[in-house]
Amino acid sequence: MSSQDIPEENLPAEQEYAHGAVGVADEENPFADPGLPPHEHRIQDIDERAARRSERVVALLFTVSMLATVGFIVSYVTIPHDKNIFVFPIGHISALNFALGLTLGVALFCIGAGAVHWARTLMSDVEVADERHPIEAAPEIRAKVHADFRQGAKESALGRRKLIRNTMFGALALVPLSGVMLLRDLGPLPGTSLRHTLWAKGKRLVNMNTNQPLRPEDISVGSLTFAKPDGLEETDEEFQNEMAKAALMIVRLQPDNIKDKRELDWSHEGVVAFSKICTHVGCPISLYEQQTHHVLCPCHQSTFDLSDGARVIFGPAGHALPQLRIGVDSEGYLQALGDFEEPVGPAFWERG
Amino acid sequence: MSTAANEPARSRGKAPAGERIADWADGRLGIYSLAKANMRKIFPDHWSFMLGEVCMYSFIIIILTGVYLTLFFHPSMNEVVYHGSYVPLQGQMMSEAFNSTLHISFDVRGGLLVRQIHHWAALIFLAGMFVHMMRVFFTGAFRKPREINWLFGFLLFVLGMFTGFTGYSLPDDLLSGTGVRFTEGAILSMPIVGTYISYFLFGGQFPGHDFVARFYSIHILLLPGIMLGLMVAHLILVFYHKHTQFAGPGKSNTNVVGMPLLPVYMAKAGGFFFLVFGVIAAIAAVAQINPIWAMGPYRPDQVSTGAQPDWYMGFAEGLIRFMPGWEINFWGHTLVLGVFIPLVLFGVVLGAMAVYPFIESWVTGDKSEHHILDRPRNAPTRTGLGVAWVTMYMITLVGGGNDLWATHFHLSINAVTWFVRIFFFVGPVIAFIATKRICLGLQRRDRDKVLHGRETGIIKRLPHGEFIEVHEPLSQEQLHTLTTHTQYAPAEIGPLVDENGVERKVKASEKLRVKLSSAYYGEDNQIPKPTSDEYKEITSGHGHH
Amino acid sequence: MKKLSARRRHPLAAVVVLLLALAATGGLYAAFAPASKAQADETSQSLTIKEGRKLYEVGCASCHGTGGQGSSDGPSLVGVGSAAVDFQVGTGRMPAATSQGAQAPRKKPVYTQTQIDQLAAYVASLGAGPVVPTKQQYGPAGADVAKGGELFRTNCAQCHNFTGKGGALTEGKYAPTLEGVEPKHIYEAMQTGPQNMPSFPDTTMSSQNKKDIIAYLHAVDSSETTNPGGLELGGLGPVSEGLFAWIFGLGALIAVAVWVAARTAKAKKS
Repeated sequence: MSSQDIPEENLPAEQEYAHGAVGVADEENPFADPGLPPHEHRIQDIDERAARRSERVVALLFTVSMLATVGFIVSYVTIPHDKNIFVFPIGHISALNFALGLTLGVALFCIGAGAVHWARTLMSDVEVADERHPIEAAPEIRAKVHADFRQGAKESALGRRKLIRNTMFGALALVPLSGVMLLRDLGPLPGTSLRHTLWAKGKRLVNMNTNQPLRPEDISVGSLTFAKPDGLEETDEEFQNEMAKAALMIVRLQPDNIKDKRELDWSHEGVVAFSKICTHVGCPISLYEQQTHHVLCPCHQSTFDLSDGARVIFGPAGHALPQLRIGVDSEGYLQALGDFEEPVGPAFWERG
Repeated sequence: MSTAANEPARSRGKAPAGERIADWADGRLGIYSLAKANMRKIFPDHWSFMLGEVCMYSFIIIILTGVYLTLFFHPSMNEVVYHGSYVPLQGQMMSEAFNSTLHISFDVRGGLLVRQIHHWAALIFLAGMFVHMMRVFFTGAFRKPREINWLFGFLLFVLGMFTGFTGYSLPDDLLSGTGVRFTEGAILSMPIVGTYISYFLFGGQFPGHDFVARFYSIHILLLPGIMLGLMVAHLILVFYHKHTQFAGPGKSNTNVVGMPLLPVYMAKAGGFFFLVFGVIAAIAAVAQINPIWAMGPYRPDQVSTGAQPDWYMGFAEGLIRFMPGWEINFWGHTLVLGVFIPLVLFGVVLGAMAVYPFIESWVTGDKSEHHILDRPRNAPTRTGLGVAWVTMYMITLVGGGNDLWATHFHLSINAVTWFVRIFFFVGPVIAFIATKRICLGLQRRDRDKVLHGRETGIIKRLPHGEFIEVHEPLSQEQLHTLTTHTQYAPAEIGPLVDENGVERKVKASEKLRVKLSSAYYGEDNQIPKPTSDEYKEITSGHGHH
Repeated sequence: MKKLSARRRHPLAAVVVLLLALAATGGLYAAFAPASKAQADETSQSLTIKEGRKLYEVGCASCHGTGGQGSSDGPSLVGVGSAAVDFQVGTGRMPAATSQGAQAPRKKPVYTQTQIDQLAAYVASLGAGPVVPTKQQYGPAGADVAKGGELFRTNCAQCHNFTGKGGALTEGKYAPTLEGVEPKHIYEAMQTGPQNMPSFPDTTMSSQNKKDIIAYLHAVDSSETTNPGGLELGGLGPVSEGLFAWIFGLGALIAVAVWVAARTAKAKKS
């Protein structure tokens, strides 16, 4: 193909000496390609002693590699897998990992170094030029291929018998749908499961540390406590799925310091319970600063103000942390007064 | 045929065994015609041409070590109690996936080494691909006929990112689990289909009981299978196109100058595999990576600060960290722009790299083959755009580690985030302008060197008292090298009337192309290289200094 | 005399208000309570308090007020307990230097342990609060390391990182590294919640829980900790690993590539 859009003088200069023609600077073209510089010999090419030195270096490298492999095997057999050693400046490390890694590394590296040294010093270093040929086919070949294709297409009558063509395309378009259908049972439909957690009216707040139900007087101002719903145990089949929604963060504020009215209403004597799951993408948010009442997410730095309805004050989260309405039951333990009123965790299309 | 009867008789007699085996194979596979074209294939020597090999070899290392790891890893999320030899986790509940990874790390001899080689090689693989891609970009090696190979390479980079992500998520530790949770949130942010895709991916609610097994088949089969195919195709095309080379004496667009595959590159490239493997093995011996035992098993209610993905996903992490929390609620639906925009940007920023060769070839309108590499300075606009893209990428990487910047440089995390928010937009612009200016300056210097020779630093006093610096004329090799590059003229809008004198409508795309072309090749956007006439005039006028 | 200048804290709204309220209502009453309990060694105790008071008036009163009632430059110390004093002064955070920093950093302590004990006794005499723990409480005996790890990941890792390397908080504040911190001080920090750290009182995190956490930290974040794989790289996770892979991994490989591709030295023409 010609480069019809480009003025001739803008074409690459080397095309003036196509096919590797080498020119000498002359009146016409002072920038002519002088051609490959003459080959210069290496020391190894002219001095046999140097060549033999190179040979010995290569052989030495290969020998070191062999020894390193022996070292690898010996280390594997003799070093106990739980033995730790102190290596300066790395620190206390596994002796086996260190020995195996270094011996393997040396064994491999020396093979490579030997081969490369061999290539660099002993194999011919005469630069060779190879011709390139245009990638695209010659015009006659192109014409032949086009003609062949046209003939084949004509013989198939694909263009003429439209009914065959259309039904075939239809069938081919539909058949992958079977594969798509088969993916349906990858998981259940969401339904309303993202909207509900284990929290319900009367569920006690159980301390994650002690596995005991919490009382409001356990929680002092400035402290931070995490809770799960009563009855959920680590050994439960659905523990992970339920904790992913139900995890709770409890702090106590001076009621005077609570700026948001609903937060105050839903608290118990200043004890407030918020979802521990960030509303951005679901990290367990809990970097609570007890003097500022800010809580920061360690993943993407969304910052919420727990004294003001946990509204977002910085970062990529789009809405406040959901608050759990709490009270105390007849025995004086903290309990939920219902489920979260909005979905916990990251926002999704159907959230509304 | 009569010759057919003679041939075997000859080879049976004296030919060495290797040759006889090769003959046998050729009779069945036709390998000699392949060998004829390739055995003495020429490869040019330049260190930057070996970056692709770094990637290929680390990929092979990853496959080798990965196969070993599958022998011990259990891709299951069943909860078990740990009874292995790492004391600080004994008695803890964890998934079988985490348990078996601990087993590999502490109870399989050499298991930790293989795990570490696998992970280090993965980080180096991605880093190598990044640098390799930049080398190809800045030297213009993506131009015709290599656009398809550019796309193959690009796909390898993107697939590598996701293979890496699915891989480091497998141990089901607290750090990677946090990353998977982030993935769930990102998927949920997709309008209309997000919730469904999330439920189908995780087999229900997060984290469910399925994702490790599913990620496992994606990580060890689906993605690496595609990558292996792409890599083979990438290599075949490299062989078929023959390698590009830098301009120089004796090097032209129609030849390739270097050393033959057999023996030099067989030894150099083959040796380089062992060198790469050796270096990575040594790194795995001395530097710890992804100590999952220190992170503990995943629990959706636990987290650690410094929760970052592996470096190649850090760019996505940065996008998500500096995004403001925009969320739109309407008609009972939520559009989670705070997460969805970064998700889209992730595709757009990467996609921009993928389509660049096609944009540039549309702007230049050049349909010829290019086998001589550009020096970055000789394509100032492209180089500027590339540096702008890298700057944007690096700024998002800073954003992805904003907490560590804050702690290690005693800054406020909010300030770092604001810096990233602003410089995500400003940084690339500054980088573009600065790079282009530097390129133009270097072009000017090349021009001066060609026309006036090299400054020698020797000051000479002329008979009439004037001091001059002696300029030494360049050698023929240097003159050729510095003047051989392509320079395009900016495109112009064609005649406004066609051959029949009827007024023609100028398409918007044509106008855009002309505008872009002048931004690339207009008067202030490249320095015209010296012409023969200029050179002759100067050299004859002044004589040599 | 040491220059002890005021260090302005952020508006410490809640805590200051609370503590001032406590001081105003029950301060005087509370001040007498501990004294009555310590009848037996009254003389030595009161001597210690007296010494502490002297130190307090020289080193602390300018910010925290002559009677520990607090001022605009420092919170009230009534009711903070001896544990808070032992932590703040023992880790060198108090007396705070004049600094614009977001929080008082850990530094070399100014007072000897005896002086700290005297100060602690004096402040404890101002109002009842958490008491300095005994070695039995924070010592390694009877601790469950694995349980400690789980507790650490639930309660502490979000700020202090998996193995206690520390992390960033908002507006330049940070959770410090826990490496090399005395077990006693870790215990006191959990009990008292210094600066912006929330407290983890015994009512929600038992003494045994705290002991487990301290034992876990000793296992994963001390000079004797084993990192089987080699260099810990700061224990910061993928960011430092990525940097290492780029600089030492890819860097080494590029250096090797340069060697592989370079021309071999030519013989000099003679």
